[in-house]
Amino acid sequence: MGRITLDKVRKAFGDVEVIPPLDLRIEDGEFVVFVGPSGCGKSTLLRLIAGLEDVTSGEIRIDGTDATHLSPAKRGLAMVFQSYALYPHMTVRKNIAFPLKMAGMDQAEIDRRVDGAAKVLNLSSYIDRRPGQLSGGQRQRVAIGRAIVREPSAFLFDEPLSNLDAALRVGMRLEISELHKRLATTMIYVTHDQVEAMTMADKIVVLRAGHIEQVGSPLELYRTPRNTFVAGFIGSPKMNLIEGAEAEKHGAHTIGVRPEHFQISTEGGTWTGTIGVSEHLGSDTFFHVTVPGFAEPLTIRAGGEVDLHYGDTIHLTPDASQIHRFDAKGLRLP
Amino acid sequence: MATQHSRSAARAMMAPAVFLLLVWMLVPLILTLWFSTLDYRPLRGTFDCCEGLGNYVRFVSSSAFWDSILTTLQLLGGVLLITVVGGIGLAILLDQPIWGQGIVRILVIAPFFVMPTVSALVWKNMFMNPVNGLFAHAFKAVGLEPVDWLSQFPLFSIILIVSWQWLPFATLILLTAIQSLDSEQFEAAEMDGAGPFARFGYITLPHLARSITVVVLIQTIFLLSIFAEIFVTTGGAFGTRTLTYLVYQRVIESQNVGLGSAGGIIAVILANIVAAILMRVVGKNLDA
Ligand SMILES: Nc1ncnc2c1ncn2[C@@H]1O[C@H](COP(=O)(O)OP(=O)(O)OP(=O)(O)O)[C@@H](O)[C@H]1O
Ligand SMILES: [Mg+2]
Repeated sequence: MGRITLDKVRKAFGDVEVIPPLDLRIEDGEFVVFVGPSGCGKSTLLRLIAGLEDVTSGEIRIDGTDATHLSPAKRGLAMVFQSYALYPHMTVRKNIAFPLKMAGMDQAEIDRRVDGAAKVLNLSSYIDRRPGQLSGGQRQRVAIGRAIVREPSAFLFDEPLSNLDAALRVGMRLEISELHKRLATTMIYVTHDQVEAMTMADKIVVLRAGHIEQVGSPLELYRTPRNTFVAGFIGSPKMNLIEGAEAEKHGAHTIGVRPEHFQISTEGGTWTGTIGVSEHLGSDTFFHVTVPGFAEPLTIRAGGEVDLHYGDTIHLTPDASQIHRFDAKGLRLP
Repeated sequence: MATQHSRSAARAMMAPAVFLLLVWMLVPLILTLWFSTLDYRPLRGTFDCCEGLGNYVRFVSSSAFWDSILTTLQLLGGVLLITVVGGIGLAILLDQPIWGQGIVRILVIAPFFVMPTVSALVWKNMFMNPVNGLFAHAFKAVGLEPVDWLSQFPLFSIILIVSWQWLPFATLILLTAIQSLDSEQFEAAEMDGAGPFARFGYITLPHLARSITVVVLIQTIFLLSIFAEIFVTTGGAFGTRTLTYLVYQRVIESQNVGLGSAGGIIAVILANIVAAILMRVVGKNLDA
């Protein structure tokens, strides 16, 4: 079980309120991702749930019981840290066995569980090494191993993949998702990586300055962002936000069109602009197009084989059903 | 640039320093070696050659020699124990965020700046004096008989004095080590269910192992040659005669330079043996 409820949880460091009162429900077995810009309080929120920071006011309930003042060990949660936080003088085996040993479990059961975790995570071949002799990816696996042997009611991850290179990240991302499918345990995952959030989450929580801006499934956030902040934050590259006369034509203060929702043509379209920098990724090409009258260049996604270059004139037609409209406060219009 | 020319220039410029160091080390060593083979007693006017190993045999076979070795080891062990244990405790305390931290840290370091003779005299006269000492007053205040520290517990008193001097050094080294401990490791252990003592035993102590090694090695080197603290307190009486002090007595008090020199050479050899053993036993913490 791993149902976590935050009720008006507030956190201040001295006079600085980092998390204003906040409510959140995390259901059993859900994969929840916290995203938000740097410094918005993602780690703090996670540490509050873990019990590594005291809440200033409010209540945290785990499986219905009040855990607000419970010590971290008693909450039955396991955490994977960004720096892995492995114990450097212990072998991999001892690292993984540590929480079980602290729980006073008998040696036979400890061995059984450690071997099980080692098999699941493919770390049997270096189980007698020390963390210093492992690569970043291997350390990450050990840290996850140490978390899963405890059979916690929920896992907490704080940017676990940010120290890994791009290829390894993709691999570990899949592994963590698979682990979630297999264990069906609640996972709370902090990241500021778009792709991680979109691909892994059942539910994304978008934070800004400690506020929850929107909670929803990845596609919900992608299709119906509640405000311009979420619209700009979810999706990669960012949604184009256009203000002024063009927006007023649609009866809004701001309109948003994602880079992938344009028809491009060399003959004619709604808007006409000049291609600036283009980024060729092979499968896709991203053009930065300057349109006269728009404050910022638009980002446009085209296929990989488009034959357009710097300085060419391009005609753009936004997909009418994919135009997001926002009012002057940045809130979504129906 | 490491051209041929600059290298020979560097060598030429370093030569005087190297030469001076060599002379500084070699001349006394060779003189001591030479004296140790002589029957050299200046007050009697004897300066006879060719004692051979006679002085060595005489030095080692006196009962004072083995007593002094034992005393030296007791002093060494006692001070190391107090400074390492106390140093860890103080370092942990000083690592806590407290008000006036900067001043407290300077106060803790202060004893290290007091010269040994002065601190030993301060301890002897201000603290341990059976009539006027602070300890005597404290004992009287709670209705106990004052203790004459330096004659009733002479070795322990000296261990106390020397520990007081070396505690700051140990604390300083261990404090920097504690500050370099990754706080996430601590938090991970906390989540893994380790209580304060388990966290200390499984995280802090192993992390400190290397620094403890450094403290033990460096202190051993200096503690083997402790002299001033004994000289101004007990003068080597009441079983506080260390090997260093014995050598001093042989040369100055008995005016037997030959015998003392032999003792000095023996002390050098023993110190090297101790250093070698220490490097073996604890030095393996330094690699890896
Ligand atoms: N111990 C602390 N004392 C005072 N302020 C703190 C403390 N810890 C965090 N903060 C502040 O709280 C805010 C949120 O920090 P937090 O670490 O939760 O951000 P984050 O969303 O995890 O950022 P990042 O993505 O960079 O990791 C920051 O403005 C930070 O300066
Ligand atoms: Mg963070």
